Amino acid sequence: MKAFTYEHARSPAEAAAKAARTRGAKFIAGGTNLLDLMKLEIEAPTHLIDVNGLALDTIEPTPDGGLRIGALVRNTDLAADARVRRDYALLSRALLAGASGQLRNKATTAGNLLQRTRCPYFYDPNQPCNKRLPGSGCAALGGYSRPHAVVGASDACIATHPSDMAVAMRALDATIETVRADGSMRRLPIAELHRLPGDTPHVETVLAPGELITAVVLPKPPGGTHVYHKVRDRASYAFALVSVGAIVRRDGSGRVALGGVAPKPWRVEAAEAELPRGAKAVAAGLLADAKPTRDNAFKLTLVERTLDAVLSEAKG
Amino acid sequence: MEHPIDPSLTRRELLIASAASAAAAVVAPSLAGARGTTAPPSRAPVNAKIRLRVNGQPRELELDTRTTLLDALREHLQLTGTKKGCDHGQCGACTVLVDGRRINSCLTLAVMHEGAVVTTIEGLGRPGALHPMQAAFVKHDGYQCGYCTPGQICSAVAVLDEIERGIPSHVTADLSAPPRPTPEELRERMSGNICRCGAYSNIVDAIAEVSGSEA
Amino acid sequence: MKFDAPATTNPIDQLRVVGRPTDRIDGPLKVTGTAKYAFEYGDAVDRPAYGYVVGAAIAKGRIVSIDTSAAKAAPGVLAVVTASEAGPLGKGKYNTAKLLGGPPIDHYHQAIAVVVAETFEQARSAAALVRAEYARVPGRYDLNGARASAVKPKEGDPDSAVGDFAAAFAAAPVRLDETYTTPDHAHAMMEPHATIAAWDGDRLTLWTANQMIDWSKGDVAKTLGIPKENVRLISPFIGGGFGGKLFVRADAVLAALGARAAGRPVKLALPRPFMFNNTTHRPATIQRIRIGANADGTIVAIGHESWSGDLPGGSPETAVSQTRLLYAGANRMTAMRLAELDLPEGNAMRAPGEASGMMALEIAIDEMAEKLGIDPIEFRIRNDTQVDPEKPARPFSQRRLIECLRTGAERFGWSRRDPRPASLRDGRWLVGLGVAAAFRNNIVMKSGARVRLDASGMVTVETDMTDIGTGTYTIVAQTAAELLGVPLDRVVVRLGDSSFPVSAGSGGQWGANSATAGVYAAAMKLRETIARTVGLDPSEATFADGEVRVDGRRVPLAHAAAAGELVAEDVMEYGDLDKKYQQSTFGAHFVEAAVDSATGEIRLRRMLAVCAAGRILNPKSARSQVIGAMTMGAGAALMEELVVDKRLGFFVNHDLAGYEVPVHADIPHQDVVFLDEVDPMSSPMKAKGVGELGICGIAAAVANAVYNATGVRVREYPITLDKFLDRLPRSA
Repeated sequence: MKAFTYEHARSPAEAAAKAARTRGAKFIAGGTNLLDLMKLEIEAPTHLIDVNGLALDTIEPTPDGGLRIGALVRNTDLAADARVRRDYALLSRALLAGASGQLRNKATTAGNLLQRTRCPYFYDPNQPCNKRLPGSGCAALGGYSRPHAVVGASDACIATHPSDMAVAMRALDATIETVRADGSMRRLPIAELHRLPGDTPHVETVLAPGELITAVVLPKPPGGTHVYHKVRDRASYAFALVSVGAIVRRDGSGRVALGGVAPKPWRVEAAEAELPRGAKAVAAGLLADAKPTRDNAFKLTLVERTLDAVLSEAKG
Repeated sequence: MEHPIDPSLTRRELLIASAASAAAAVVAPSLAGARGTTAPPSRAPVNAKIRLRVNGQPRELELDTRTTLLDALREHLQLTGTKKGCDHGQCGACTVLVDGRRINSCLTLAVMHEGAVVTTIEGLGRPGALHPMQAAFVKHDGYQCGYCTPGQICSAVAVLDEIERGIPSHVTADLSAPPRPTPEELRERMSGNICRCGAYSNIVDAIAEVSGSEA
Repeated sequence: MKFDAPATTNPIDQLRVVGRPTDRIDGPLKVTGTAKYAFEYGDAVDRPAYGYVVGAAIAKGRIVSIDTSAAKAAPGVLAVVTASEAGPLGKGKYNTAKLLGGPPIDHYHQAIAVVVAETFEQARSAAALVRAEYARVPGRYDLNGARASAVKPKEGDPDSAVGDFAAAFAAAPVRLDETYTTPDHAHAMMEPHATIAAWDGDRLTLWTANQMIDWSKGDVAKTLGIPKENVRLISPFIGGGFGGKLFVRADAVLAALGARAAGRPVKLALPRPFMFNNTTHRPATIQRIRIGANADGTIVAIGHESWSGDLPGGSPETAVSQTRLLYAGANRMTAMRLAELDLPEGNAMRAPGEASGMMALEIAIDEMAEKLGIDPIEFRIRNDTQVDPEKPARPFSQRRLIECLRTGAERFGWSRRDPRPASLRDGRWLVGLGVAAAFRNNIVMKSGARVRLDASGMVTVETDMTDIGTGTYTIVAQTAAELLGVPLDRVVVRLGDSSFPVSAGSGGQWGANSATAGVYAAAMKLRETIARTVGLDPSEATFADGEVRVDGRRVPLAHAAAAGELVAEDVMEYGDLDKKYQQSTFGAHFVEAAVDSATGEIRLRRMLAVCAAGRILNPKSARSQVIGAMTMGAGAALMEELVVDKRLGFFVNHDLAGYEVPVHADIPHQDVVFLDEVDPMSSPMKAKGVGELGICGIAAAVANAVYNATGVRVREYPITLDKFLDRLPRSA
C-alpha cells in the first residue's frame, strides 16, 4: 500500500471539489473494497477523503412515495429497514445474499455500487489485465473464465460486476444522485451508471472526476412478489455464479435483472415482455447477444433454469 | 496447452499465450505491465494521531495512515487476540466489535475510527472470568487450532445481538417477522467466519446454548 | 522403552483420566485470545522489524536482472535480501523447490527477495518497489497433457501386483473401468505461515508455525548452512497446518536472512494471496479404477492406477495406497506414475494418498454395487478381508469395517434409502443418501518426552510435540495424570520447543498415539524414580490420588521431590509389530444430500461417521478431529479446486475468496460414533490415529449421495453444478 494523506470531508460539495482538484484522490467510506485493493496496489490513491462523517446515512421517504437512501447507509441497515423489507423486499434479499455480516456492517450503499470486479487476473498485479493496466491484455480470455461475464463483455475484458445489491437496484429502477466538483447535483438512472467495457474496461462508470454519489432514490414501491435467487458454489459468503432478481405482478408482468453474467447489473426491458411466455423466452431475450467462453457457457442454462425456479416461486 | 490452436482466440489472448509458451526470452514486465523498468519513487509515510477506547481503556496512538485497525490492535496495542488470517476480508479471523457492531478489522483504517469504542476478544473475558460465549466454546469444543476462535466468538456475540435487534438474514423466511436463533440462522450469520479445522457443528451448538435455543 | 510385543494390561487401562471427554486444557487461552501464535512473540525480542516477501511473477525461467535500489531507498527500509545477496543457501531435506529463488525460477510466487523495514506498512510498500526482469521458458502445467510422459517413480513402492489381474478382469462377468480426477487442493489453514527470527551471534531462534520441530530445525540449519545445534524453534500454538506446516517454508528462511541483514529481529508472515502458489499443495490426480466381480458380488480383480505431477525431484500423490488393503480380491494391481510439472510444489496434505485415493475408489465401489444390483454396504461387507490382501500372512491388528458400516446404517436410517436414483423429492429438492468406507493407515513414530515432578507435587511434561488443533496438550496431560495418579490440573504441558526431547511431531495422524506413548515411556521411568526415592519397590508401586503406594504405605508425590525435582526422560521406540500386523483405522461415512432440481445447488443435510480407531484418548477432541476432517472432505467434494492457468502456469484463484472452502452454512450438524476398541499392537496407549480418518471417504459419500439424489454421476471433483446441470432431471 502506497502512502497517502488523509482528511475528513466536511460537506459533499467540498469533498467533490477537493477530489477533483487533487490528483490521485479517492473517497473512502466503508473501505471494504478499496482497502482490499490498496493492499495489492491495484488502487494507489495519494489522498483519501473520508466521507463517513457526512450526514448521508439516513433513509427518508420521498414526496412521490419512494425512498431516498443516503449513500452512507450501511448494507445491514438498508436490508433491515422496515420499509425496505415491506416494499422493496428484492433489495433486502439481494443485500442479505451478499458478503458476510461483518462486511455488510461496514459496506455502504454507494460503495456497493462502485465496487470493482472480482476477476482473479484483475486481482493479481503480475498478470495482464486491461482493466487494471490498459493495453496489457486480458488474461481471463482463454484462461480461467468460469466466473466471468457471458454478455455485455468485450475482447478487452470479460469481468463481471460483483454486486448483488445493484441487481436489485436495477430492477427497482433506482436513480443515483450525485454532487459534482462544481457543486451542482445530478440525477441519473442506475441503468446509465455503469459502462460496458468496450475498449476501455478501466472506465467503469459515467461519474466525472470528483463526482460523489450522495443518495440512491427508489421510486414508489413496484408491488408484486419479489424474489432474489443467488446461485453459488458454497452456501454463503461467495460471489454469484448467476443471480436472478425478479418482481412479478399478479397479472404475470414484471421485471427481471441478472447478476454474475455481465460487467454491470443486467436487465433488458424488452425481454420482460416475454414473461407470460416463461423463463426460456425471457432468458433468450436477456442473453440474446451472449458470447460465453468454454468455461462459462453453463451460465446460459443456469440463468434459464434459475429464472424458471424464480418465476415458479413468485407465482407461489 | 490442451487446445494449442483455437480459432476463437483473440489477438490479445494469442499475445499472452505465445508469450507464455515461447522459448525465446520474454521480459515479464512487458507482459505484466504494472512493473515498469524504473520504479516510481516511494511516497513518504504520513502519520496521524488517533484516540480509541479499547476494551474500556482510552488509548492514544500515532500511526502511519496506512495502519489498519487490525494492525493497530495487534502491533501497536499488543492485543494479539484478534487474528490476521487473510488481511482481505475473506476469513473473519479479525472480527471485532466497533461501536457495538462486528466488522472485519483488517478492512478498515485505524485513522477512520477516531473516538470509536472497540471491543476485542480480550475485552469479552479472561481465563478464569470467561464470557458465557467463551465458556460455551470450551464446553462444546468449538475450536481446534484456535486461530479463528476469537473472531468466531466476537461474531457470535454480535450475531445474537443482531437477531435480538430483528436484523434479517439470507435464510430468514419471512422478512416481516422477527428472526429466531435457529441453527440455520446461526449458520448463515456465522458464514463470514471461516474455520478450516471445521469446528462448525460444535460452534453452532455453543452459540445455540448461549442463545437458549436448541441446535 | 521399546514396544516390540503386544501391550498387556498397564496403568493406562485404568481410564481414570485417559479416555474421558475432558475439555481442552488450553481452551481458556484459545477462547480469550491469550494463546500466542508465532507472529505474536514480538515482546520476546528487542525492537522487531517487519519483513515482507517478494515473489516471482513468472512460473518458470530466470531472473535476468533485479533492481532493489528503489526498495532500499524507501522510507524505513533496513535491508533487502535477494538470492545473490543471501550467500550460499542449501535446500532442506524436506523441500523440493528452493525457498529463495533466483536466478532460476522454479514456480510462480517462488520468493525472490525479502524486504525488511521498521514497520509492516513500510516493508509492504517497499516490497512493491523491487523490480525484476525475467526470461521465461516453456513450462509443463497440465497434468492430463503430461500423463503420457509420466514415469514410474524411483523411490517408494509405486507398483504392486498379485495373481493375474488382466486375465481375471477380462474374464469377470461384471466389470467397471472408470477414470476419476481430483484437483489440486490448498491447505488454507487460518494462520498464515509466520515466523519471528532473532539472531544472538551465530545462534538463531525462530518462533514459527511448524508441525515438525526437529525436521525443521534440521532443515533451517541445512538451508542456512549453520550447525543444527545453533538453531532453536519455538512453536507452542499453531493455527492449523494439515501438512502445510510439516516443513520449513519461506517465512522462516526469509525472516532469518532478513534479520541477519538488518541486524534486528524480524517478524514475517506470508500474505494470504501469496500462500497458494508459494507454499505446498495436495497434487491433482487422475485415477483409473478397474473392478471385476462375479455376479454374487465377489471381487475377483481390482486395479487402481494413479497419475500425479510434481516439480523435478518431487514425489507422487500415493492415491493407490488404500486399494492395496481395503477389499479382498485374488487378482490385483496398483501403479503410480509421476509426471514433471512446473507448478508449485506438491506435498502432503491431510491424509496424503488415502484422501485422494478414497475420493475415487469409494465412488467406484458405489458404481460397482449398482452394476451388481447389490446394496453398496452389503457389497463392501461381502468383500471384507481380515488380512492384508497382498500379503495374506499379515493380519490386520484390528479391523471392524463391517461393524462401522452396520452401526452407521442403523443409526442413519439407511434402510429407508431408495436405491433407484432421483426417486426422493422434497419440494424442489432431490434428496439422496450416500455411503463410503473410511480407511487410513496407522503409523507409529519414535517419540520422546521429559517428565518432571517438583516439590509442590506439580508434574510438568516437556516434548517438542506440537498441537495444531489436535488436542495434544490435553491428551498429553491426561496421559501423565493417569500414570502419575494426579488430577489433570496438577499437570503442566509444555510443547513445541526444540530444546525439549524430540517427538513424533504432528503428521500422518501418528501424533496422538505416538506422542502419548513417548510420554508413557518417560512417565513410567519417573514412576520408578519416585518409588526408589521414597524407598518403595517400583514393581509394586501404584500411583493414585497424588500418592505413591505399596501395600499400606502411602507417600505424597510432593514428598518424593522434597529434596529436589525428579526428572525422567525417555523415548518410545518400536519393534516390528507394524510389519507383522497391518495397522489401519476404519470407518463408515453417511451423507444425506439435497440437490436443487432447478439450479443444481447441492446442500448437505446430515453427516455421520462411525470410526474404529483404537482407544480414543479424549472422545471430545477426537470427535472434533473427525468432524473437521469431514468438513474438509465436504469441501473437496463440492467446491475446492486450485484452478491451473495452463498457459501461465499458476494457481489462479489464489486467495480465500477465489479458493472456496466450506463456511458454516455448508455444514449441517455432524454425528460421530467411535466403536469401543483397543489395539494392543499399536503402543501401550492402545490408540491409533484418528485425525485423518475422517477425510478419507467422506467426499465419495457426498458424491454417492448426490448420485442417489439425481441419477447423475460426476467423476471429476469438485462436483459443481456446471458439470451436471444439463443432465439434471427437471423438476416434476
